[in-house]
Amino acid sequence: MPDRPAVRRRPTAPPKSFLWTRRICLTVLVAFTTLPLYVMITSSIKPLVDVESSFRWIPSRVTLSPYVDMWSTVPLAHYFANSAIVASSATAISVVIAVFAAYAVSRYRFPGRQLFRITVLSTQMFPGILFLLPLFLIFVNIGNATGIELSTTRLGLIITYLTFTLPFSVWLLVGYLDSIPRELDEAAAVDGSGPLSTLLRIVVPAARPGIITVAVYCFMTAWGEVLFASVMTDDTSRTLAVGLRDYASENDVYWNQIMAASLVVSIPVVVGFLLLQRYLVAGLTAGSVK
Amino acid sequence: MALAAETDRPPSPPPAARARRKPLTWSRARHKALPYLLLAPAVCFELLVHIVPMLVGIWISFKQLTVFFIRNWSSAPDAGLANYRLALKFNSAIGQQLLHSFYVTLGYTVLVVAISWFLGTGASVLMQNPFRGRGTLRTYFLIPYALPAYTATITWEFMFQRDHGAVNQIIVRDLHLTSHVPFWLIGGNSFAALVITAVWRTWPFAFLVVTAGMQSIPTDLYEAAAVDGAGVWQGIRKITMPSLRPVNQVLVLVLFLWNFNDFSTPFVLFGNVPPQQADLLSLQIYDTSFQTWNFGSGSAMSVLLLLFLLIVTAGYLVATRRARSADA
Repeated sequence: MPDRPAVRRRPTAPPKSFLWTRRICLTVLVAFTTLPLYVMITSSIKPLVDVESSFRWIPSRVTLSPYVDMWSTVPLAHYFANSAIVASSATAISVVIAVFAAYAVSRYRFPGRQLFRITVLSTQMFPGILFLLPLFLIFVNIGNATGIELSTTRLGLIITYLTFTLPFSVWLLVGYLDSIPRELDEAAAVDGSGPLSTLLRIVVPAARPGIITVAVYCFMTAWGEVLFASVMTDDTSRTLAVGLRDYASENDVYWNQIMAASLVVSIPVVVGFLLLQRYLVAGLTAGSVK
Repeated sequence: MALAAETDRPPSPPPAARARRKPLTWSRARHKALPYLLLAPAVCFELLVHIVPMLVGIWISFKQLTVFFIRNWSSAPDAGLANYRLALKFNSAIGQQLLHSFYVTLGYTVLVVAISWFLGTGASVLMQNPFRGRGTLRTYFLIPYALPAYTATITWEFMFQRDHGAVNQIIVRDLHLTSHVPFWLIGGNSFAALVITAVWRTWPFAFLVVTAGMQSIPTDLYEAAAVDGAGVWQGIRKITMPSLRPVNQVLVLVLFLWNFNDFSTPFVLFGNVPPQQADLLSLQIYDTSFQTWNFGSGSAMSVLLLLFLLIVTAGYLVATRRARSADA
């Protein structure tokens, strides 16, 4: 196609109707998005009387005591540690396994490759409850037969979390490795590097943004997971998701402390997400749009 | 195991020639085995967390596995098809309840997907042309998606409290829309509360995917349209929406599957026993399994759920593919 001279590169200014539609719609969406965030933040600095009477938009006075008291109202630090251990272990295990698997799928053609890809893609879409029930029974019976308790421990929870972190990691990383030029591998092979050392020394560093994306996303999902954790944990292995939910469903709730706790446990993942937003958006959309 | 013909295999010399030149040496065998070795850990874990549990789940669905047999499942009596019959007998209490949950879940999913898709697409189309603050706004809209599901839902639970929640403050005391103070977490309103909470968390994902999909629309399409005198609205209708169609097809399917399987939103919002009007399927199966400890029945229900989702997905893929080839 011949180059057309760029007549009016910016087309005529959008009409008034468009500008007003945009203004009104975006204002409504900002209000909708902001409302719960505002409630969460302001309620977390309210004294208890403010959240036990009718709702106040402005705190009657600002106090930081919810942030202090929340640690003793529920064993929050304990939940925090459990969530951190479970989420980071599940992330680490699935990322490491997925890097090898994704390399095989991306760089080799072998019988069974397509079967593996289809299995990974479809299990990602299956309802979690389908796996939870049998996994719980398997764990109980393993515990019964061998004495290794999995059904209510962090180890068991880490394994169940692989049901969703692993397929996701594999799927995304295959996409990433496909986008890394094969010439890189070939050059390394010419230099006498074996496949494994090519993977670890050349491909993994080149795929670092993809690996970080996958890790952050796995961590976020595991950090917020409720279904498995509500069945597979007891008092010692309870995670934040279930611990906070259980407390919030009680009759007499200190809502200001709950909001403070919610804010504190949200900050790590929200900050991580926003910092890596660029990578995450590219990775997620590559995974879901493909 | 060779499932699909690999079309992208590099051209190789005829097997006879290759065998003559390269006899099967240890290093070649190792080379052939390498992808399987790399794949082995992933396959092991796939078996452990997906394949085996699925088979066990199907096996359990034919058993009368109740609390008495949890620790000794091999002695659970056979149930044949009784679990399925019970779930599908719509004039019995359990079957009726399941059918009700199915309708509630379907209504919930359709509403949440439709509203989220509409908001996400609308926002990204309106934000296609640069304006001051666009980048910040895009990031801001993603916060609900980045928040852990349970903290967002707990916050909505607080807002929906009858006596000290923000929602009733707005509609009753600030705007005086109604004089009686409604309940949100029990009764008929609970369905609305559930949908609102889910939409708040879901629409940013639609926004994110559509925004990314729009990056690939070539800008000269719009320039050419502008030269031909088309306005912004026409550009949206004639260029943006048709170009987004492939993205939308995947997006709607993913949103449908996610929301149909949604567990955390109702579980966090309502606790173990949801109001009748907001009793989603996954919660129903969960209660059957872990509250009444009837694992056989729970498994049969989850197998039925899976079958339904597979049929819907297959039907959807066939329908969209046909529509796409009819267009071409």
